Amino acid sequence: MAFRVFPANDGAIEKESLDVKLTGAEILTRFLADEGVEYVFGYPGGAVLHIYDALHRQDRLKHILVRHEQAATHAADGYARSTGKPGVVLVTSGPGATNAITGIATAYMDSIPMVVITGQVPTNLIGNDAFQEVDSVGITRPCAKHNFLVKDVNDLAMVLKKAFYIATTGRPGPVVVDIPKDVTAEIAEYKYPRQIEMRSYNPVVKGHPGQIKRAVKMMAGARRPMIYSGGGVILDDASKALTELGHLLNCPVTNTTMGLGGFPASDRQFVGLLGMHGTYEANMAISNCDVMIAIGARFDDRVTGNIEKFAPRAKIIHVDIDPASISKNVKVDVPIVGGVNNVVKAMLKQLKADGFKPNEETLGKWWEQIEKWRAKDCLKYSTDGERIKPQHAVDLVHRITKGDAFVTSDVGQHQMWAAQYYGFDKPRRWINSGGLGTMGFGLPAAMGVQLAHPKAQVACITGEGSIQMNIQELSTCLQHCLPIKIVCLNNGYLGMVRQWQEFFYDKRYSHSYMDSLPDFVKLAEAYGHVGIQVDKPADVEGAIKETFKLKDRLVFLNILTDPEENVYPMVPAGAGLDEMILI
Amino acid sequence: MRHIISILMENEAGALSRVAGLFSARGYNIESLTVAPTEDITLSRMTLVTRGSDEIIEQITKQLNKLIDVVKLVDLAEGPHIEREMMLIKVKTPGAGAREEVTRLVEIFRGNIIDVTPTTYTIELTGHADKLDAFIVALDKAPILETVRSGVSAISRGTKSLHI
Ligand SMILES: Cc1cc2nc3c(=O)[nH]c(=O)nc-3n(C[C@H](O)[C@H](O)[C@H](O)COP(=O)(O)OP(=O)(O)OC[C@H]3O[C@@H](n4cnc5c(N)ncnc54)[C@H](O)[C@@H]3O)c2cc1C
Ligand SMILES: Cc1ncc(C[n+]2csc(CCOP(=O)(O)OP(=O)(O)O)c2C)c(N)n1
Ligand SMILES: [Mg+2]
Repeated sequence: MAFRVFPANDGAIEKESLDVKLTGAEILTRFLADEGVEYVFGYPGGAVLHIYDALHRQDRLKHILVRHEQAATHAADGYARSTGKPGVVLVTSGPGATNAITGIATAYMDSIPMVVITGQVPTNLIGNDAFQEVDSVGITRPCAKHNFLVKDVNDLAMVLKKAFYIATTGRPGPVVVDIPKDVTAEIAEYKYPRQIEMRSYNPVVKGHPGQIKRAVKMMAGARRPMIYSGGGVILDDASKALTELGHLLNCPVTNTTMGLGGFPASDRQFVGLLGMHGTYEANMAISNCDVMIAIGARFDDRVTGNIEKFAPRAKIIHVDIDPASISKNVKVDVPIVGGVNNVVKAMLKQLKADGFKPNEETLGKWWEQIEKWRAKDCLKYSTDGERIKPQHAVDLVHRITKGDAFVTSDVGQHQMWAAQYYGFDKPRRWINSGGLGTMGFGLPAAMGVQLAHPKAQVACITGEGSIQMNIQELSTCLQHCLPIKIVCLNNGYLGMVRQWQEFFYDKRYSHSYMDSLPDFVKLAEAYGHVGIQVDKPADVEGAIKETFKLKDRLVFLNILTDPEENVYPMVPAGAGLDEMILI
Repeated sequence: MRHIISILMENEAGALSRVAGLFSARGYNIESLTVAPTEDITLSRMTLVTRGSDEIIEQITKQLNKLIDVVKLVDLAEGPHIEREMMLIKVKTPGAGAREEVTRLVEIFRGNIIDVTPTTYTIELTGHADKLDAFIVALDKAPILETVRSGVSAISRGTKSLHI
């Protein structure tokens, strides 16, 4: 295997585009840099040694060495969610690839743009049960937007270009590129492919004008309109257009867990989260609206509850870039395939051209009703007790970070409390695994966020169960000086599991108690970080302040919270949204 | 209802498994599936027979369209179309009576006897899937040794065509 040493970082992209002969590994690193990639999150191994050598001989890409491949995928994912740019992962064949699967599936479920490079055994050994061989293309097929096996080095640059194009356009998602080791050693001419065209892949981004007209007419005739928006708004960077539409219609706006920050939480028109743990006012409004405008949301079962009872009085307009999302779970009246920005802007234009004015009388009554629901104050909690209330801790984090932090989270009760109480005014600030619900997501995702936004406050609101699923990344954080604030709402339980067991299994707490927990303060210190613990309500504010004051250190704040606190409201499985359990 | 979905897709390794994987992952059923390259070897044509309610068929076609390798597809059952299936079937023909009987049936069904041994006939038969079914039923007396069916191929009637 002959290596060609190529001078690293020999200039700008213009010069790069001259035809040069490079090894596959060099083509890969050159391509990534030419594509504008900043960070590669990865972990080396036999099949990617040539690639790691090429990485060593260049300085345009920064490589972040994680401690587990799952964390590489979540870190790239956090980077992508917080910037809108694709995250990039590099792992070796076999166990490297299988460790990455959870993160690929996580990104897939939430439509996050990501390119995952997996090493593969040499082409002549594929199918031989070779050392560290796994059928990566086969395993990732159902959990990636697309995947490729590169068998010829001459195809490498074009395949990579396609991978980035597919990952970032249409409904975004992870794309896997499997590269056999011999392909990374072979030599080919390299020219950065600027253009890409695929006859089989042309996502529709502009909405059908006729459908937009129909939708606008329906909005104008609405008496109890409502906007239900989701992750598509965030993915399309369309919160400005959405907010304008909300204001023009002067209707209530609810967001899915994935859509938080798409419409400012502090806006009077915002009625909070909807769905299983949605607010009373949001779920009641959904159940009573007469026109629902669903934008970049996919009618997930956590959102709809019993589908028969979902929005029974509403005519539904649905804007989504993926035709398969439309009328999948709930039949809609006006489907519009297209990007949120394009479609909502076209709607605004049409509404203005029609001289649209909201109907003060009917809207007045609608808002009166909504205010009555809102007056129930379904998110209230008491701070009188002896235990720290997790909701209070999240409220304090909001106040102390001035509502301006990037907040990642894991999965469980703490995730829902973070979603309900942090109050996101901006998009891309709330980073969580909604679709797959992956425990262990929070800390590595925070690494990607912090790298992308070195000056920003990044908090990881987690639970004592979840944080242990990728705790090893504390080491990565030290290596790369990532001053993440881990806020662990430690209830000593797999709280979300315990809550279901309390409600639906007669309090038989089968294996939901977190026994033998480590001393998180000492653990943080062992990894070279700061650890703080509080268990009294009186101390929690001070502790959170102290945590966020330590600007350049990672702090693990272990907050011992009320162990039996539950997430309210809650729509039990099979019930309609207006059949919530309230506190 | 029964639907015949005709798909034009990139002739790439793994394209077939993407379609098969989609059907198993989403719990759709496949009655038959055939695939081969077209006159343009970069494209494959797949014919897929499935059943489901209108909603399910709508999801199936949307999900198929979403596959990156799929260039175009059409549900042929939505319009006039022609469908054909080919069958190779080997039957035992122990005596002259059996031979005569089978030969007569093959004639009625417009098939061909394409191989003969002292104790067997091999028959080729093409037509609508229903006709092949009927032939099998009609064979009743001659014991079948082997049946090989190609799965349905179909094309729209008239001047309309599925091409890029
Ligand atoms: C423990 C737990 C509890 C949960 N409880 C709730 C709950 O109470 N309420 C809740 O809402 N969620 C809840 N979730 C999250 C839930 O599982 C789903 O992840 C979430 O509801 C999906 O959000 P979404 O509909 O916005 O879709 P996303 O998954 O964000 O999908 C985005 C949609 O937008 C489309 N899209 C993408 N890009 C564009 C574009 N450019 N233009 C137009 N459209 C685009 C996509 O095709 C897709 O249909 C919970 C999750 C967990 C783990
Ligand atoms: C990888 C993974 N395994 C299991 C689950 C199921 N699950 C959902 S929430 C939860 C409990 C999480 O406990 P913790 O992190 O302490 O959060 P809490 O609910 O107590 O706030 C579990 C086990 C999951 N979501 N992800
Ligand atoms: Mg817990």
